[in-house]
Amino acid sequence: MRVALFVTCVNDTLFPDTGRAVVRLLRRLGVEADFPRAQTCCGQMHANTGYRDEAVRLARRSVAALRGYDAVVVPSGSCAAMIREQYPKLAGSSGVTPFADAVAQVVPRTYELTEFLVDVLGVTDVGAYFPHRVTYHPTCHSLRGIHLGDRPLTLLRQVRGIELVPLPGAEECCGFGGTFALKNADVSAAMCADKVRAVLDTGAEVLCAADNSCLMHIGGMLGRQKSGVRVMHLAEILCSAETAGVR
Amino acid sequence: MSVTFLGMPATRPFPRNAARAVRDSQLRFNLRKATRTIRARRASVVAEAPDWAELREAGRAIKEHTLRNLDRYLIQLEEAVTAAGGRVHWAADGAEANRIVAGLVKATGETEVVKVKSMATQEIGLNEALLEHGITAYETDLAELIVQLGDDRPSHILVPAIHRNRAEIREIFAEHMSGWGRPAPEDLTDDPAALAEAARLHLRERFLKTKVAISGANFAIAETGTMVVLESEGNGRMCLTLPRTLISVVGIEKVLPTWRDLEVFLQLLPRSSTGERMNPYTSTWTGAAEGQEFHLVLLDNGRTGVLADEVGRQALRCIRCSACLNVCPVYERAGGHAYGSVYPGPIGAILTPQLRGMESELDRSLPYASSLCGACYEVCPVAIDIPSVLVDLRARARHPWPERAGMAAAGWVFERSGRLARLQRAGGRLRRLVPRRLPGPLGGWTDTRDLPEVPRESFRDWWDRTDGGRR
Amino acid sequence: MSSRDLILARVRRALAGVPDVEITRAYRGPSQTPGEIRLFEERVRDYRAMVHVVDEAGVAERVALSLAGRGARRVVVPAGFPAPWLAAADVEAVADDPPLSAADLDAVDGVLTTCAVAIAETGTIVLDAGPGQGRRALTLVPDYHLCVVRAAQVVAGVPDAVALLAPARPLTWISGPSATSDIELNRVEGVHGPRTLEVLIVT
Repeated sequence: MRVALFVTCVNDTLFPDTGRAVVRLLRRLGVEADFPRAQTCCGQMHANTGYRDEAVRLARRSVAALRGYDAVVVPSGSCAAMIREQYPKLAGSSGVTPFADAVAQVVPRTYELTEFLVDVLGVTDVGAYFPHRVTYHPTCHSLRGIHLGDRPLTLLRQVRGIELVPLPGAEECCGFGGTFALKNADVSAAMCADKVRAVLDTGAEVLCAADNSCLMHIGGMLGRQKSGVRVMHLAEILCSAETAGVR
Repeated sequence: MSVTFLGMPATRPFPRNAARAVRDSQLRFNLRKATRTIRARRASVVAEAPDWAELREAGRAIKEHTLRNLDRYLIQLEEAVTAAGGRVHWAADGAEANRIVAGLVKATGETEVVKVKSMATQEIGLNEALLEHGITAYETDLAELIVQLGDDRPSHILVPAIHRNRAEIREIFAEHMSGWGRPAPEDLTDDPAALAEAARLHLRERFLKTKVAISGANFAIAETGTMVVLESEGNGRMCLTLPRTLISVVGIEKVLPTWRDLEVFLQLLPRSSTGERMNPYTSTWTGAAEGQEFHLVLLDNGRTGVLADEVGRQALRCIRCSACLNVCPVYERAGGHAYGSVYPGPIGAILTPQLRGMESELDRSLPYASSLCGACYEVCPVAIDIPSVLVDLRARARHPWPERAGMAAAGWVFERSGRLARLQRAGGRLRRLVPRRLPGPLGGWTDTRDLPEVPRESFRDWWDRTDGGRR
Repeated sequence: MSSRDLILARVRRALAGVPDVEITRAYRGPSQTPGEIRLFEERVRDYRAMVHVVDEAGVAERVALSLAGRGARRVVVPAGFPAPWLAAADVEAVADDPPLSAADLDAVDGVLTTCAVAIAETGTIVLDAGPGQGRRALTLVPDYHLCVVRAAQVVAGVPDAVALLAPARPLTWISGPSATSDIELNRVEGVHGPRTLEVLIVT
């Protein structure tokens, strides 16, 4: 099976630890992922802010880089949702046939990380060890966009040493929303404040999600408040092993 | 093209309105309490219906089919209403509808009308228009009464006074009821039952004596000419039943093909709207019922423009249940007034710019009044994909130049992976120089949130240096 | 061009070339089974209406008890209401003939009716102005409504009721007493319609 890692521009640029964790985790599970060097950004920020032409250009680049693989693994619910939900619409409205063909090839083979682990590899225990109190935020696009369901929690429950605590109001948006956080900074911050309160109420030391953009948002406020709660991408927890020592 | 009026003056852009609302602790508290109450109720009665997904799909398809054949069904409706002794009037815009209604009221010789809560008449500013003709319209829905007495604006589709709590309502009643009719009882408390009782006493006499009523309709059945109104308090029944003349102003998208279609919508609407298995009262009537004079005013007011839009037309499926408002995290914090339209919340964010255009700064800002979290789509009983319509509207909006420049720059970087890699390396070298507070629009982030630390090495450079961690 | 023609022309222009959609009705349609009385009773009670279940022989006594319990002296009884059901009650039955004015209706102590259909799943009674029900205002203005429902009239769900009812008749679907959720979205029973609803189910 030829597997491509679509690491996403946010992880590539700001959260390389997550990308490294995915590579190591997959390797531990016997999968050597390829990193197509031509990839950059899926185009979600442009598409969702109303810059369709730029989004189409970036979508065309992305599918060109990712086409031909048996599976594309994306460690972001949001970017996976962009590819799966918006690429077919962009391809339909652009009227470019090769683009539409590439989209038709790539979209059904694109998996968010936990989908790939649970559905394709059929693994729920990845052999991780993480002795910390953790709460999980499902993130909107993971929950309502690509319907990850209980895959992330199923994986987390198998992690040895973990103390998993439920997050109250988990299904509510953290207020990130891409450029929403800038364009409607006040409402965004108000939403984030409620999310932060819910996280603190759990007494968790780690907030986990399958999307670093949302974690960057919530983590930004947790940090500003000197709350002492750290945020971690799901992949990094799943990659943690007893032998790896203290991170 | 004339700009469609939506019952409220266009004011400042949404973010500025919302910024004020998020600082209003009373408003935040009221909205939080109310939306969370109704959210839980809706969730429980929806979970109780084993065939909810199938009802929702049927609701979506019936509405979609109706819109695809709207001309045929409107004519059929007109014929059926006329055959049953009603009269049908067509209004291309709000001004024409207001003229028609004013003319009909004047013809009765009356100067007072009672009103059932109706979004269509709010949309066209009917009350203000009637006043210019010397006709006073009395709102009879409790929440509309609160808004009217308080000289306030509605902030929710179902519960226009959702932004008011019981103490504020008591004050409004005590102070203003006397100016409109029977005063509030001297010893009025803020107990909701006492407030409802005060409204009952205040309006009782008015119901018994007023000769003309104005309503909207939730549904109009083309096949039979039957009008359908769902309500809770009985003020609707009072208005629909007692006056000699009844005038219903109904948007053209409210038509349903067949009587049978009600088996779907009488399940979808109450559960989505008030979170009840069934609302207390539903009235249906066909033409001139029980000797009443009946007029149906069919209203376009921009709807045919929406109908022409391939993506946006799904907004016309809306049955005004307000489930999307109640679940929306943005609405919960910004409140309805921030949307500057009688249609607030997620549905308003897609309906208002389509009906009114995106000329004003406010209307251009509405498609951005969402984090695209998708909760609205999930609860919509007719499956309006609000996030997709928002994104589509954003693509048509005129963007501010600094944003255009920023997006163009980002697009240029992402165009070549080499450019991205160079930028990442530059960022890694300058990482210590990133300020704690960013300037301009980016400051919206750093006002309340720390920036992530820029890593020394990007993922792609790590991959190259270590051959994907194998070295 | 009339506004009618203008609107229809705009609609047709907007729809040119737009394909139609198929309607799939995979939801629960009209059922073959009658409505469960226990469920109906429970659902009506959920709205904070009073409910009694009696057999045919016990109706008159229960009606008399309910009216007495309410302290009702003058009660509107529409034409066609079964006379034996009223036989034991010590009240003045007011007929709507000649039609009572709204003020007359406001002055009576209550109204006593039958119904056309009742829905178990939603706890709804539907009046269609047929015999024993009268015109719509009769069950609206008085503050107390006592409705007698025969068990055979109880259907399972909304689709059953829609199938049985005639759209040409003015219908009133009643689910509990008048109520409002307009104050902080908390439900309060009793606004403009009858504040007390009492339902007798005859098995």
